[in-house]
Amino acid sequence: MGEEDVYRVLEQVHDPEIRAVNIVDLGMVWDVKASDHVVHVTLIPTFVGCSAQTIIQRVAESRLAAAFPDVRVAVDLNLSGSWHTDRISERGREALKQSGIAPPGKDLGDVACPFCGSRDAAMENLFASTSCRSLYYCRACHNPFEAFKPL
Amino acid sequence: MERWTSDEVKNRPEALKPLTDLLFQLADDDLVIGYRDQEWLGLAPHIEEDVAFGSIAQEEIGHAAWYFRMLEELGMGRADDLASLREARERKNAVMLELPNGEGADYLTAPHFDWDWTIVRHYLHDVWEMARLEALKTSRYLPLAEASEKILSEKRYHRAHQELWMRTMARHDSVSRQKLEAATAKAFQWLGDLPSVGPAETALEHLGIFSGVDEAKRAFWDQVDTFFGELRIHRPEAAKPLDGRQGQHTPELARALSTLSEVYRLDPTAKW
Repeated sequence: MGEEDVYRVLEQVHDPEIRAVNIVDLGMVWDVKASDHVVHVTLIPTFVGCSAQTIIQRVAESRLAAAFPDVRVAVDLNLSGSWHTDRISERGREALKQSGIAPPGKDLGDVACPFCGSRDAAMENLFASTSCRSLYYCRACHNPFEAFKPL
Repeated sequence: MERWTSDEVKNRPEALKPLTDLLFQLADDDLVIGYRDQEWLGLAPHIEEDVAFGSIAQEEIGHAAWYFRMLEELGMGRADDLASLREARERKNAVMLELPNGEGADYLTAPHFDWDWTIVRHYLHDVWEMARLEALKTSRYLPLAEASEKILSEKRYHRAHQELWMRTMARHDSVSRQKLEAATAKAFQWLGDLPSVGPAETALEHLGIFSGVDEAKRAFWDQVDTFFGELRIHRPEAAKPLDGRQGQHTPELARALSTLSEVYRLDPTAKW
């Protein structure tokens, strides 16, 4: 078993608040060590106060334990490396858009409507349904939408 | 500079005490302001603010949870116990942060909350938190340096929110301006212990756990003065009736803690 096998399992783990994107594409996997006896994964939270982080940690742990029953599995969560939005992969950005969340831009207000692509959007609220998002209104297609906050 | 891990600090009693004292200040500040923030849920002036304060409260308490975890790692006890079971006199938060959201302040029976006061207080907390974390990015204690870098990147959203409100209140009309002035006057009656690090200041500086305490304080006052100057709001001298960094508090803190930990105290061994 190698690190790629571990990543393949982690690609099946999702943030329960953003079902469309797995934690690998979200950039939450900081480090993976795999040997014949031990799998050791270090995750980093997107937002420190994110209430989903311990759920994600537990799900990752149980998925890995099920996939590799003969080795010891440990999943740590720490703040090394300071997660930022550049860690979201191209595939992750596309998946966010597909689920109606604008991927993070370079700074606040740098967003395109995930429905029609227009950049004519007004920020309605810096804060939204979860820590990681702000609320916008698209002046072109008249849909409200959420956008990932740039960090 | 050689950075310390938790195991290295545990073997240095001269560093352990000042470091944990500082971590308690960080944790207690964020826990109690987060507690006050969440009392606005269902009561905020409009629905966007309900959402905003929901997020801000969650993030403050989430930041506190990480600081408490760091204290647990240093052998100070379980993080949940540290958050919920310590007495008011053991708490190191700045006194201003524990005060209720307004007069007649019981959440359930008389929530006559004061929005202006809530925003001004939170702004001052955000400015100090950012000045403090900026300095702590270079802390010799590696887990704290890493956490500071990360948490700082999130704090700017809180501050931007409060600044937007303060600008709006300063410009809107004479009533909103007077309310902003009154809230500012009230905040400065308590502000003194906020931009401070308590009795361990010299040790923290000397050990490199918190280098540049004076610079952080100066950054706080410079930024506050610039902002109040821009709003053309007079800011009085800051008074310090009590020093929360030394465990001095108003009875409001004990009251808040008793509500905050009510469920936890029913069964501290319960698994969540």
